[in-house]
Amino acid sequence: MHRLVVLPFRKSVEIALKSIQVRFFRSLVTTLSLVLAIAFLSFVNVGNDVANGLLATGHGEWFRLLVDAGYDLSPGDLRVDSSPKQRWIVILSLLVCVVGIINAQLMAVTERFREIGTMKCLGALDRFILRLFFLEAGLQGIIGALAGALLGGGAALLSAWLRYGVAAIAEVSWGGVLASLGFAVVAGCILSLIGVFYPALVAARMQPVEAMRVEQ
Amino acid sequence: MTTDSHIVRVAGVTKSFQLGKLTVDALKGIDLEISAGEYISIMGPSGSGKSTLFNMIGGLDKPTAGKVYIDEVDVSQLDAYELAWLRCRKIGYIFQTFNIIQVMTALENVTLPMTFAGIGGDEAVDRGMALLETVGLADRFQHKPFELSGGQQQRVAVARALANDPAIILADEPTGNLDLTTGEEIIALLKELSSDRQVTVISATHDFKMLNVSDRVVWIRDGRVDKIENRDELSISIGEIGTRG
Repeated sequence: MHRLVVLPFRKSVEIALKSIQVRFFRSLVTTLSLVLAIAFLSFVNVGNDVANGLLATGHGEWFRLLVDAGYDLSPGDLRVDSSPKQRWIVILSLLVCVVGIINAQLMAVTERFREIGTMKCLGALDRFILRLFFLEAGLQGIIGALAGALLGGGAALLSAWLRYGVAAIAEVSWGGVLASLGFAVVAGCILSLIGVFYPALVAARMQPVEAMRVEQ
Repeated sequence: MTTDSHIVRVAGVTKSFQLGKLTVDALKGIDLEISAGEYISIMGPSGSGKSTLFNMIGGLDKPTAGKVYIDEVDVSQLDAYELAWLRCRKIGYIFQTFNIIQVMTALENVTLPMTFAGIGGDEAVDRGMALLETVGLADRFQHKPFELSGGQQQRVAVARALANDPAIILADEPTGNLDLTTGEEIIALLKELSSDRQVTVISATHDFKMLNVSDRVVWIRDGRVDKIENRDELSISIGEIGTRG
């Protein structure tokens, strides 16, 4: 038991944060596809919230305007639920985003093979490396998803205000908007973690002898 | 630790690699005993199996046959946790390419192995600073690697290798990426540490500057130990090398 190497959780977070800070541009590239996909998700959902707010007033005027705007509504509908079409587009964009994250993270692992090898020579276990990559991805996920959610939600509200006037903002259920934003943030974090899973595994399995390699 | 104890013992080690259908024997039966506190240089041309042997001694690679004992423990019997512990506490690595972790300052690089060893906070900082002082970089503890010269980075690496008071320092071509003077400084530093702290220094090198400070030089050729020379026999062979050209 005494022959155990350790990496305290607080220290892992510290290292992960520093790593994101120092490689800010690289982190930005990794996070950008997530920001965009989550912005799209939150734009669609907050847009639905706005439409629901307007429909709930019961004015036929809003009904007509929403149908003009492209919402699939049948007469008598009092709610806009995300249509299959909408759902598929969102799912597709999230899939593309995950592939983007995997690609960017794999490149990050390749760039850092020497660092990972060195850490292993200093005594790091596979799971330290795994944890560092997951923490980094988690932090990137939270920050990126938050940015994306606010961006998309803000854009949805702004465009609703421009299109339908103050009523759109007045009638919207803020609880609903908050739920949509929360959902987008959680989805973003999960996607970021899914995206880093394979690259982190590659990194963790790297042999310490890699640190000795010298490119000619 | 008695003086005649062997910190590293290599017994009948062979290593073969599979390259497609071809089997390449990198090591063809090596026996080597290294005593605690010795300064050993492993010399040999590229492709001689020098690096393979070196990695074996460092517990970074496992032999195809034969045994490697570090501090009388058979390395091949260790699981992943014990190997990590060995790398963390018993062995300090120094690399040709320095391998300072780019995102960390000099001090953080030195304290990282201590963190792995369960030493944290002020104690790690104090010890880290003391080590940086030993290598003459105390005033640069907050510098990032890219703010340090090659020689300074290698000094940080030496301090990092000493972080957990290892029994062995493994230096892979430590002067390979340094100019002549800086290389000499690093060699002098390693020699000083080896005699002051009784650390066993094992280095794989092409660098003939290393020969002056080595207690023994192991010449590897074609996967076998060609010869092992003690320091007193060395001046002659350096002359030979000089004339050979």
